[in-house]
Amino acid sequence: MKRMFFPFCLALIGLAFCCQAAFAGDLDAFAGKEGTISIAGGTAHIPVMKDAAKAIMTANPAIRITIAGGGSGVGIQKVGEGLVNIGNSGRKASDAEVSKYGLVMFPFAVDGVATVVHADNPVQGLTGDQVRAIFAGEVSNWKEVGGNDGAINVYARDESSGTRDVFWKKLLKKGTVVTSANVVPSNGAMKLAVSKDPNAIGYVSIGHLDGSVKAPALDGVVVNQEAAKSGQYPVVRKLYMNTKGQPEGIVKSFVEYITGPDCVEYIKSAGYIPF
Amino acid sequence: MLAILLFLLWFSLPLCNADALSKLLAWDWRPFQGQFGILPMVAGSLLLSFSALLLAFPVSVGICCFAHGMGPAGPAALLMRFVKLMTSVPTVIYGFVGVFVLVPLMREVFRSGSGFSWLAAMIGLAILVLPTIVLMLHSQFMIVEPQVKLTATALGMTPAQRLLHLVVPNSGRGFATALVLGFGRALGDTMIPLMLAGNAPQVPGSVFDSIRAMTAHIALVVATDSQSLAYLSLFACGLILFLSSTLVNLGLQWLGRPDGRKE
Repeated sequence: MKRMFFPFCLALIGLAFCCQAAFAGDLDAFAGKEGTISIAGGTAHIPVMKDAAKAIMTANPAIRITIAGGGSGVGIQKVGEGLVNIGNSGRKASDAEVSKYGLVMFPFAVDGVATVVHADNPVQGLTGDQVRAIFAGEVSNWKEVGGNDGAINVYARDESSGTRDVFWKKLLKKGTVVTSANVVPSNGAMKLAVSKDPNAIGYVSIGHLDGSVKAPALDGVVVNQEAAKSGQYPVVRKLYMNTKGQPEGIVKSFVEYITGPDCVEYIKSAGYIPF
Repeated sequence: MLAILLFLLWFSLPLCNADALSKLLAWDWRPFQGQFGILPMVAGSLLLSFSALLLAFPVSVGICCFAHGMGPAGPAALLMRFVKLMTSVPTVIYGFVGVFVLVPLMREVFRSGSGFSWLAAMIGLAILVLPTIVLMLHSQFMIVEPQVKLTATALGMTPAQRLLHLVVPNSGRGFATALVLGFGRALGDTMIPLMLAGNAPQVPGSVFDSIRAMTAHIALVVATDSQSLAYLSLFACGLILFLSSTLVNLGLQWLGRPDGRKE
């Protein structure tokens, strides 16, 4: 046991050194600088931003980084009006927004959006056509797609949702969504609503998937981040940082840090795929 | 008040052309197909707040009568204390409890739709406005009661008779004010419709259908692309909300005035 201990310690110390060496590379950009960076917008981005901010502020306490949520639309509005340095969004800023505010977009991760049903729903898989028919209201009973006899309750997201944007474009092919669909305001609210309703169908970011809801396979492809990464699962979106004009100073360093090699682990641990 | 009205008017200005107006005053909200009709939300708000008031008002009057002579003193005092406690519950708590208790209950009991419905939000809103109405009536009764107490007792009236024949008929203004305040709360509340009503932009065919109020609509759409007509439609919604609550306010004040003079 004792003999094992020494090499183990050595390995640990070695690992610590390696990590330091790896971190030093990108965090060097912040050395000797000071100031504040304010970030707001997409809630999906927050775990990554938080980890990065922690690493930067630990390495250089003279830099303060504040992170707020608000959603994709708020992120774009705030950065456009100059209220924050970086506005996060889970959708591409529209042409009107880019031209009005002079936004520059920096994608840094890829996230998938999964169709979800109640955990006890026997349906194991759906085809894209079936999902489109369900959301359009053409199929209104679960038994028509191999489930129990019960009217399908469709749940959708609000107009400003980045999750809705990608689901509607990539899976529903910009098709109509039945007007009687319930609308919920966040990924969390969607998961809650679907997990309580045995006849529900909705959609959430793959990063939010857990045991409370079930993601049936789409066209035979099991839905997870690996399938999204390999391109097998097509319903994916990019996560963006937006700045008003080209970023400068520490904001530029921050953007480079997030898109750089050090943040790969943070992005992976948040459940996303590095871009 | 005036500043808010001016602000809303200023931001609604871009809407003041026939084209935008005709787009907004329509029955279809499909922003991605270029349809921005807000009438379903206007109808939703009015239906929700009036139905909630319809539910809450008789119950409130009952509670007040119980507390002012119809019921025994002990339980009456307890009931009033409970109602006062209800005023301090934040509306999001009602919404939260509603999602976990009321909505599944609706789904199980009525077996129609998802449970997120006009009925669920109506019950939530009724509970929300109940203490407002009760306390308003209560304070009115408290003013009228001492004025008639001596006469009523001299005439040999029981407390219940006094309440029915003297206090209630002389509290018209209180009823009107209670209605106005209750309506204002029901119309203006955001969390309960947002969390319980389902938010489908449609005119409901039954109380089990999903419905979207103007307040919930504003909360849902406010983070959207700020350069779009969808965003501008919010200011129209705000203006309509503001004007309708002001109108109801003025109307009922006018209704309540003759009674007020009599006193």
